[in-house]
Amino acid sequence: MAEKLFARPESLTDVDTHYCPGCQHGIIHRLVAEVIDELGIRKKTIGVVPVGCSVLAYNYFNLDTQQAAHGRAPAVATGVKRAHPDKVVFTYQGDGDAAAIGTGEIVHAAARGEKITAIFVNNAIYGMTGGQLAPTSLVDQVTATSPYGRQASSAGFPIRLSEMLATLDGAKYIARVSVNDPANMAKAKKAIRTAFEVQLRGEGFAMVEILATCPTNWGKSPVEAKTWLKENMLPQFPLNTFKDVQGG
Amino acid sequence: MPKPVFREERCKGCELCRDACPQKIIVMSQTFNSKGYQPATCPDNLKCTGCTLCARACPDVVIEIHK
Amino acid sequence: MAEKILMKGNEAIGEAAVVAGCRHYFGYPITPQSELIEYMAKRLLQVDGTFLQAESEVAAINMVYGAAGAGVRVMTSSSSPGVSLKQEGISYIAAAELPCVIVNIMRGGPGLGGIQPGQADYFQATKGGGHGDYHLIVVAPNSVQEMAELTVYSFNVADQYSNPVMLLGDGALGQMMEPVSFHDMKVTTVEKPWATTGMGERDKPNIINTLELKPEMLEEANNRLQRKYAAIQEHEMRWEEINTEDAELVLVAYGIASRIAFTAMEMARAAGLKVGLFRPITLWPFPKSALANVAKTANAFLDIELSTGQMIEDVNLAIKCSKPVHFFGRTGGMMMSPNDIYEKIVALLETKGGK
Repeated sequence: MAEKLFARPESLTDVDTHYCPGCQHGIIHRLVAEVIDELGIRKKTIGVVPVGCSVLAYNYFNLDTQQAAHGRAPAVATGVKRAHPDKVVFTYQGDGDAAAIGTGEIVHAAARGEKITAIFVNNAIYGMTGGQLAPTSLVDQVTATSPYGRQASSAGFPIRLSEMLATLDGAKYIARVSVNDPANMAKAKKAIRTAFEVQLRGEGFAMVEILATCPTNWGKSPVEAKTWLKENMLPQFPLNTFKDVQGG
Repeated sequence: MPKPVFREERCKGCELCRDACPQKIIVMSQTFNSKGYQPATCPDNLKCTGCTLCARACPDVVIEIHK
Repeated sequence: MAEKILMKGNEAIGEAAVVAGCRHYFGYPITPQSELIEYMAKRLLQVDGTFLQAESEVAAINMVYGAAGAGVRVMTSSSSPGVSLKQEGISYIAAAELPCVIVNIMRGGPGLGGIQPGQADYFQATKGGGHGDYHLIVVAPNSVQEMAELTVYSFNVADQYSNPVMLLGDGALGQMMEPVSFHDMKVTTVEKPWATTGMGERDKPNIINTLELKPEMLEEANNRLQRKYAAIQEHEMRWEEINTEDAELVLVAYGIASRIAFTAMEMARAAGLKVGLFRPITLWPFPKSALANVAKTANAFLDIELSTGQMIEDVNLAIKCSKPVHFFGRTGGMMMSPNDIYEKIVALLETKGGK
């Protein structure tokens, strides 16, 4: 048996995913799974998956999971974590889940310093329902519900969730990363690991916002989509660590 | 000698690995897998340096890198 | 604890929940049930439980979903408008077949309505409220003692059938003080191998999920739920009958309305009128067969509700419209007096009540 320099992590199930070709959910799932493997916590972790393209993540993570109503994952995670404070609980959410219908829940989970880890995938669009405007969509971005481009006068401006949550004392680690190139992917994995470590040390709420592509609904090839992310999303959503009060 | 191993049935032809490979040795196949995608392959794998960038760029865990 | 203590109905629910082994409560303040959330805030800390005031009723019901899925006894409470907010979460909990207790201390509606007692959430509780083909077990106490006993029953039966249970009270029951005893309350426990507790020694992950995109599978999931509901209907109907054997006119009422109806029945009997009372205790499953039995001998029914008439439909269905069913109700937070009902009884019997 050849020794492997790279293989599927244990915390990821060995099934074909339903994600579109080039969708970066697959990469982010893998990074989360690698971190869970490296920390050795698979058997004491419970994931809470959203409504969105990643609703089927309960089939992809090889650990206990609950599928939550749209936007409510942080509340569901709160229920799980309060029931089993010694276990590790994470949420995996998209734009609609965390930045639209679920803003109340994620703000309050962070405000309470809920000891959970939130993984927020920002691809500036609603994927599952067919490419509608997201709170994170850019001004002038054409989507299924902004066919003339997002009009700021009516539909406002994109939400920068990481910066907002960083103002809350209960939030101990908030970082925005991207998976559009190998260097950023490595930083993303490090941030994810830190976010889980904050929970393991019982310090408070941690979130990693991860910029990712949605080739299908952006109307681009997977490779072109990475370029669009770099040129358009990075200026709007700067990559940074917005809160880091670990060890506090 | 590091070698990339592709599970072609898992591949969705997204080309992210081809784009990621610094050696430019990944090409998309002329044939189709059972899902109708043209999977990524590495015919000239002697040039593989084992950097694993292709495997990391793949959203579908298609590629394993063997030592 | 003393043999009997004087407690508000809302508080009795809280104490009974603790007696039943509930150590997790998620809720939001709303009149007229805020005493319950405040009681849980104090009491759960004393028993090393978790109390959390959530940011909304929506958040609270989803915290219940999470904790129930993780295998612990958990409760939330609200009043009519807040229960409306919970409906999506309730549908999810029913679909996922998770046990939990949801308390609705009803007030006047619709909309923001009023804070006085009402019974206009009967439809919401028993006919859905949330989307899809599901049922809550719905229990309706009519005294502070019953608030306590039915709370313990609710936790037991929720676990037994892995189903959400709603305790339907109202602002009068919630606020009134009566002596209550917590002794001799039977608490059952069940194993929950399906709960998300972290895999631990298990090889296979536990998944709590209600999505089923394949219609054949979703139909099978629905059929499975229906089989469960059939079992609940067979075993869990509860009701009380007083003076129905020879009654010409039978009053039908639940909750606080049944207390008023009971007094009116006593007034009628004292005047020599043959009046009985049928009091459903489970509103779902509605005690259809027992009521149909009474319809064999009664001449007519008088349905009494603090609403414009919701349970009356189930009364008619249960007896298959075989006898006249009259209605007397007040709504908007108004409550009838026993004398109001007595006068109606007299009027009906004088005109032979549709006989």
